[in-house]
Amino acid sequence: MSIIEVADLSKTYRVFQKKDGFVGALRGLYHREYKEVRAVERISFQIEEGEMVAFLGPNGAGKTTTLKMLSGLVYPTSGEARVLGYVPSERADPFRRQFALVMGQKNQLWWDLPAGDSFQLLREIYSIPRARFDKTLNELIDLLGVERLTRQAVRELSLGERMKMELIAALLHGPRLLLLDEPTIGLDVVAQAAIQKCLRDYHERRGVTMLLTSHYMRDVEALCRRVIVITQGTLVYDGPLKGIVERFGETKLLRLQFEDDAPEDLARFGEVVRREGRAADIRIDRGRVSEVLGALLNHYALADVSVVDPPLEEVIAKIFEEARLAHDAA
Amino acid sequence: MTPLDAIATRPVPQLLEEGGAGDQPPKPSTRGGGPLASAAKYARIFRIALIERMTYRGDFLFGTVLRFLPIVTTILLWRAIYEGSGQSELGGFQYREMVAYLLLTNISRMFSSMPGLAAGIAREVREGTLKRYLVQPLDLVGYLLASRIAHKVAYISMAFLPYAGLFYICRGYFDGFPDAPTLAAYALSLVLAFLVGFFFEATVGMVGFWFLEVTSILYIVMTLNYFISGHMLPIDLLPQPWAGILKVLPFQYMAYFPAVVFLGKVRGWDLVLHLALELFWVIAFMVLARTLYRTGLKRYSAFGG
Repeated sequence: MSIIEVADLSKTYRVFQKKDGFVGALRGLYHREYKEVRAVERISFQIEEGEMVAFLGPNGAGKTTTLKMLSGLVYPTSGEARVLGYVPSERADPFRRQFALVMGQKNQLWWDLPAGDSFQLLREIYSIPRARFDKTLNELIDLLGVERLTRQAVRELSLGERMKMELIAALLHGPRLLLLDEPTIGLDVVAQAAIQKCLRDYHERRGVTMLLTSHYMRDVEALCRRVIVITQGTLVYDGPLKGIVERFGETKLLRLQFEDDAPEDLARFGEVVRREGRAADIRIDRGRVSEVLGALLNHYALADVSVVDPPLEEVIAKIFEEARLAHDAA
Repeated sequence: MTPLDAIATRPVPQLLEEGGAGDQPPKPSTRGGGPLASAAKYARIFRIALIERMTYRGDFLFGTVLRFLPIVTTILLWRAIYEGSGQSELGGFQYREMVAYLLLTNISRMFSSMPGLAAGIAREVREGTLKRYLVQPLDLVGYLLASRIAHKVAYISMAFLPYAGLFYICRGYFDGFPDAPTLAAYALSLVLAFLVGFFFEATVGMVGFWFLEVTSILYIVMTLNYFISGHMLPIDLLPQPWAGILKVLPFQYMAYFPAVVFLGKVRGWDLVLHLALELFWVIAFMVLARTLYRTGLKRYSAFGG
């Protein structure tokens, strides 16, 4: 059985529309107007035990709402979700003992106490036997390299250090499923890399199932083979990271190296991205690769040719941009 | 097999299983549920909250000492009232008894006041930090109760010496020490005062699920409470039927009732009945807070957590 099964899951919020100005605020006291916001619309997917999957999408795409539905914080409007064999919104204790949700940085730790005290509290909350607790904690401290920090008040830690403590707190009870909402948001590049490495190492060691949302391509590239792309609440892609380019990349880049200086009339083949000395790059539609290559070889003496996919980041940015335009138009 | 036992015996990730001196096969009896394990959980929460409180020792002591200042002005005020009225007794209280009463309401409030409880619940709802209680196998009300007991234990033990000093200085206002049964009833009334205070304010806090900001509601409730709990003056000073009404309402148990028990003004069946009524209010607010929490959570989860 899959660890996560989601079928036609939807969530519609009713949002209070506040009118501008004082009169508007007064009117709002008596007569409220609501707007329906479809945060998630009929998405379906399955995740197997041990997978590491990324939810990718622009802000407001419905990633966090989906995560909240999977962890039982939000009731779905329609559709069905089963996580670890449970219906999340029932919040059964055995269910809650088997997963962890990391959301933001001020989540499970007591602000004024050293993280170590919060860990002890979690040991009680999850009823973890002491020997097992000590072993897991030492392992995690080792993995994240935070030996000296567990006795310091959490508020004195840096953002990156705090995130590491949050991760430890989430993993102490040995969850089978780890849900992460933007785990590296607001961190500098070094701290981001450290968190990514920790997640990767932990996944390798424990084989725990991880599902993370991000709008950082780097997180996704570093961690997940499988990506689920959500825009405007709908699932637009589910598959390997590389497949995104094949599915959404409409163009290819021809990198040409001529025997002599690159000719000037290349624009008739496609968009000239670069022309320097003997080298030139042309962007063309995917379907025209063989046709254009044939023509080029017929007309010019080429030293070298390569056909390159556009960078992943560019493709994703385009998907997001199109979704935004479609939304604005609607 | 209960669901919790099922968890205890589920395969744990391999790294945890292999080797290690401390690794024993999980025993269902020592893990998860059971009232004992649950009590241990909230006892630990209590302990950690206690440590947290103690990190603010300075603030603590300062706050305690500052509390004495209003007492002095109140005593002076009542002396002026008695002298001005030309009577030796007001509402059944002589001047000495009145001062003793006012000192004792401070003890009552030490148990029944819950600074920050309702506002804290509303804040957790508003800022979304409430979700940690929903994701973890933890009960919000149990958690708040455990940490509040810790706060009270810390506060009362810190304030004990200054208060003992104050009562020693003011010993002239008291007619000696009450007998053992009265003291026992007094102790019980204080514990119940704590519980009435806790569940009452928790109930107010749960309103935060419907109104994101409860500060103004709280202000009204607290101002009103200062009067109708008898913190400001004994309820007996009010004309009937008001005094009678206030004496069956829950608020008097937060200030008035323990004080008059200590002074020996409530005795026999009257005392037993009032302790029973106090217990009733504890249970009533406990049920109300729970019910509001449950319906509030439904609303919270429908709106987006």
